[in-house]
Amino acid sequence: MVEILVLGEHNGNKLDSITAELVSAGRSLGGVICVALLGKDLEGLAAEAAAIGADKVYVIEHPLLGGPSIDARVEAFEQVCRQTSPKVVLIGKTLVDRDIAPRVALRLGVGLTQECIEVRTDAETGRVLAVRPVYGGNALATVTFPDRDPQMAVIRGAVYEPYQTDGPGTGELVQIEVDLDPSVTKVRHVETVRQEAKRVRLEDASIIVSGGRGLGGPEPFKALEELAGLLDGAVGASRAATDAGWIDHSYQVGLTGKTVTPDLYIMIGISGASQHMAGCSGAKHIVAVNRDEDANIFKEATFGVVGDWNKVLPSFIETVRELVG
Amino acid sequence: MPVDMIVCVKQVIDPETPASAFRIDAEAKQAVPPPGVPPVLNGFDENAVEAALRLKDSAGGRVTVLSVGADFTNDVMKKPLSMGADELVLLKDPAFANLDSFATAHALAAAIEKMGRYDLVLCGRQASDWDNAQVPLGLAEILGLPCMTVAQHVEVVEAGVIVHRALTDGYEVVEADLPALVTVSNELGEPRYPTLRGIMAAGRKTPEVWSVSDVGLDLALLEPRIIVDELEVPVSERVCEFIQGEDEADAGRQLALRLREEKLI
Repeated sequence: MVEILVLGEHNGNKLDSITAELVSAGRSLGGVICVALLGKDLEGLAAEAAAIGADKVYVIEHPLLGGPSIDARVEAFEQVCRQTSPKVVLIGKTLVDRDIAPRVALRLGVGLTQECIEVRTDAETGRVLAVRPVYGGNALATVTFPDRDPQMAVIRGAVYEPYQTDGPGTGELVQIEVDLDPSVTKVRHVETVRQEAKRVRLEDASIIVSGGRGLGGPEPFKALEELAGLLDGAVGASRAATDAGWIDHSYQVGLTGKTVTPDLYIMIGISGASQHMAGCSGAKHIVAVNRDEDANIFKEATFGVVGDWNKVLPSFIETVRELVG
Repeated sequence: MPVDMIVCVKQVIDPETPASAFRIDAEAKQAVPPPGVPPVLNGFDENAVEAALRLKDSAGGRVTVLSVGADFTNDVMKKPLSMGADELVLLKDPAFANLDSFATAHALAAAIEKMGRYDLVLCGRQASDWDNAQVPLGLAEILGLPCMTVAQHVEVVEAGVIVHRALTDGYEVVEADLPALVTVSNELGEPRYPTLRGIMAAGRKTPEVWSVSDVGLDLALLEPRIIVDELEVPVSERVCEFIQGEDEADAGRQLALRLREEKLI
């Protein structure tokens, strides 16, 4: 049976939801789903991984994997791939794993596809076909791999539903030994500085009000804050607005910013460049206010108002206040 | 301490190209340069040039810009020189058309090995065409360098390089010995504009052009590891319901009422 290796993502205590999403992606390809967990003291996480539908859970424990070292994880995951010879490797798009994937692929001499939104099996060749947006979403590429395995794909978050299982998992736990020397760590972690969001975390918000280049300056973000406050939501921004210094970079939604999946995403003065849409296309409903009726965003929006936000927004906020107040 | 820097850059189709002007050649499975829209330097690569120039401003040193491709637009490639970089090396050969990420990394690595001495290799975090973010990581692996990605701050000190990596909710401080490779993100800040003096100085400089044989590159390393099976323009499924009113203010009011009707607020 063909093995599909999933790199499990976790924070030491809990699996990230992307792991169950990768199990779903793997199931769609067919094969034995093996979830690899790197870390130390993984007992609880291994049981959790077995419960989300993994056929096998590879438990890779090492003191060096307990820390923040990406170098150690690269070295360990390379060894796991060599020992288990999977046909396919699926990795989630996270800041750390997006670094690990190319380094391991290069070491193994195989191909890798980033930013995937779908993987499927080519009925004719049996090879993996990976679908991904390119040129900022202006085009969609289907990529395949020449005859070398593993075929590696990094999959975007929130495109697959997390895999659901009934009852406790039956996944078999397999310990894998890796040989790691402290000298593999070339990059030393000094500290992590967290800047906490004010109200609701963008990633958790069910309503987001986002502003872009069309706002023209930092001042209008106060109105967006007010609206977000009324709706118990969060404020977001396009890269144009954060690069201009109107609002902190931590508010950026987009390909290189945060990926959000709210029920309602309200965009004010954002043209809808695909760089931005990559971060919010998982929103259930998109509302756009933009002066340009040909703006890209109206191709993606559920509801739209063509007009000057200066005139549209005050009455919109006022009516919202009456409705929710 | 003066820092010897190599900045790897790429010429790309302008990412601001409107969808209506964007063209693909479905048979060749490639994007076609849109008519009337000149190519640009990849945005994150300009951030990398800026990071290098800031280090040069504070510590002194030398900035060499390197690119690989089958063809270049001279004005685009000279932009880093007009911003203040010292030298431009173009690795140019018909064999470099449509390289995949790892083939590009091998070509760049061959050129960097030929250059020999360097302290820091800087790259943009990813390119706006395919957004792979694979070339710099592959390059670091080939050259055996410590690799630090998505930098918003780069500092060279006695003991090596200190990098602040942009996180979604803050930043991570990491350090490594030199030589090292750093990829730079837009959080670093806007790249400087070329000055008139810079543009004139760049005009007088001739890029160094190297071919496959100049850098002694084994062509087998350029073998593709991924193949584009299909390239298409996607169709959007959403149909926008335009909310209208007596005037723009009324439209804002109607929008709120409509969202309420749909129980979205």
